[in-house]
Amino acid sequence: MAWKTDTLTGWGRVLSGVAEIARPEKPSAIARVMADTPAPAVGAQRSYGDAAINTDGKAIDMNRLDRFISFDAKTGVLEAEAGVSIIQMLQTFAPQGWMPTVMPGTGFATLGGCIANDAHGKNHHGVGTFGQYVISIELIGADGKNKTITPKKNKALFEATVGGLGQTGIIISAKIQLTECSSRLIQVDERRAANLSEFMEMLKSSTATYCVGWIDGTANGQSLGRGILEEAELTKSNMAPKLRKSRKVPFNAPSFALSPPTVRAFNRMYFNRVPATGRGVLRSLEDFFFPLDKIHDWNKLYGKRGFHQFQCVLPDDTAERTLREMLRLIADAGLASPLAVLKRTGPSRAGPLSFTMEGFTLALDFPNSAKSIKLVETLNEMTTEAGGRIYFAKDSLATAKQAHAMYPELAAWQKTVKTADPKGHFKTDLVRRLKLRDSK
Amino acid sequence: MSETWIVLGASSSMGRAFARKAAAEGAHVVLAAREKDDLARTAADCTSRGAPSAVPIVFDARDPKSFAPIYKAAKKNEGIINAAVFVGSMAPQADVDADPNIGDFTIQDNFTGPANFLHGLAPIMESRKGGTVLGIGSVAGDRGRIGNYTYGSAKAGFHTYLSGLRNRLNRSGGHVVTVKPGFVDTAMTWGIEGMFLVASPDQIADDLWNAHLKKKNTLYTPWFWRYIMAIIKSIPEPIFKKLSV
Repeated sequence: MAWKTDTLTGWGRVLSGVAEIARPEKPSAIARVMADTPAPAVGAQRSYGDAAINTDGKAIDMNRLDRFISFDAKTGVLEAEAGVSIIQMLQTFAPQGWMPTVMPGTGFATLGGCIANDAHGKNHHGVGTFGQYVISIELIGADGKNKTITPKKNKALFEATVGGLGQTGIIISAKIQLTECSSRLIQVDERRAANLSEFMEMLKSSTATYCVGWIDGTANGQSLGRGILEEAELTKSNMAPKLRKSRKVPFNAPSFALSPPTVRAFNRMYFNRVPATGRGVLRSLEDFFFPLDKIHDWNKLYGKRGFHQFQCVLPDDTAERTLREMLRLIADAGLASPLAVLKRTGPSRAGPLSFTMEGFTLALDFPNSAKSIKLVETLNEMTTEAGGRIYFAKDSLATAKQAHAMYPELAAWQKTVKTADPKGHFKTDLVRRLKLRDSK
Repeated sequence: MSETWIVLGASSSMGRAFARKAAAEGAHVVLAAREKDDLARTAADCTSRGAPSAVPIVFDARDPKSFAPIYKAAKKNEGIINAAVFVGSMAPQADVDADPNIGDFTIQDNFTGPANFLHGLAPIMESRKGGTVLGIGSVAGDRGRIGNYTYGSAKAGFHTYLSGLRNRLNRSGGHVVTVKPGFVDTAMTWGIEGMFLVASPDQIADDLWNAHLKKKNTLYTPWFWRYIMAIIKSIPEPIFKKLSV
């Protein structure tokens, strides 16, 4: 197998590292590489921090293993190689009446990546996480052996793999349950939320299948926590969706592009775009589920210094108080970007390292600077104290101590991982930084 | 009615990408490659993406006996038969220099093998009154260079064959596109230094499909290679012979 020396970069473009990368095109080629040099898998590199970075180590690029292996149009069971992207699944099977049950905010994420991070979507409160729809996984362990694992027969290993950040081996392919979709259009109702408590109440009482909120991270005072609630249901319309053309950010944007006055002005416009009485719009599935995918390389909008994303989930009992404090800090600092999301999450998750818990999740981007690093560090600490969690797929600044406090089931996970990969071949920069495989 | 695409070299990255494209457009695909182990999976992928049928068949450019089953599989489908030829091999020039007999394999893999295959296919295409051949040549065939002139001359021979075949098939409504890809991001170029302006196999597949629809004669893909090669071709030989480009 040929190895290429290349840089692995997180989507936030703050963290990166040089590694030797192999890019097999057949499962048999992976088996050969693994027999000789076991290494962690990397996919579409849509994790924001260092989850898919292995500085000075090796990595296996899975993007060329992107074939559908089988699909049953009666049951909606799809088997596919790990490098298949979510958007490929949606675009191939939506015309046949099926779509992935859980879809993260970018369609470029791969099947393997969605399993390894136990991704969640805009319907988490109703259906749970990506991993809960995985029927079986074909995994190559550090011993170079192939095995098919299921949640029943291999409970511990399966649960350690789902959300397991690639530490149990390489996911070669998986069988997943798709969900029926009657149309390629989705009905979206947008309503304004005047402030945080109203917003949280609306999110909590929503009965919509898909529900997500855009939050104005610059609003302060009486409008603190204002935003727009989007509730959506699949339609039965046979109309062909009107697809917007994708664009590309050709170069690093200058720093004023997302400076505080620009963001404040943009957010005000974005908020007022929805009439006070609310409105309903029909969107294509792609536009609703992956709003940012239309702008290729949007991460370059933050310039060459990159950005940090902070995403936490907070349990119901501490959520409102903590969110209020967080939003005040964020608004006072004037650092937030327009990309901010507040969402309700349900209790279900697929593995001990899965992110979600019943409560609320807040996600925001901050252009990289000394000031924003300090802010995110404070937010991480507040999350820990509130009994919440940060999302590994997004994180670049948490500490080992925080991670261990947030994920109390870590010890059990470590035991399974230790058996699967005793020598630590699959460790990544994130695993080392947060000491996820060390006892404390 | 669905057309049929024979994809020769269907396990290469470009072949795979093109087979997918044809499948998504609703064509039957006949997938031919040297190793069968993995081909069935590519076939399943094509069916999921919309191909009414996808047949995997072993093909060896050095073994003329492997041609007939491919013709047979394609003939089973009614309607127009097309072929996209991605086969080829590039032995390092140094290997050929060390053992000149290796040059024969390079010529067989890149020129005589695929040309003979197409020669057997031509009458079938003629009887169906149409069809496109996408013949993958190379910019290396435009001028002999010290780094890979055995490979380049085999591709040049293939280009000339394709131009003759275009002349022939034109009479029965068929068409031939001579394709000259620049650097493509494949397993062959993975990790090789000095690659620039590398195109993805999917980009190439889209270009090929458009060239088929528009009946282009020669396609440089990505397009700017036409100009790069125009410059390389225009360097006078007395100067060119001293260069190592």
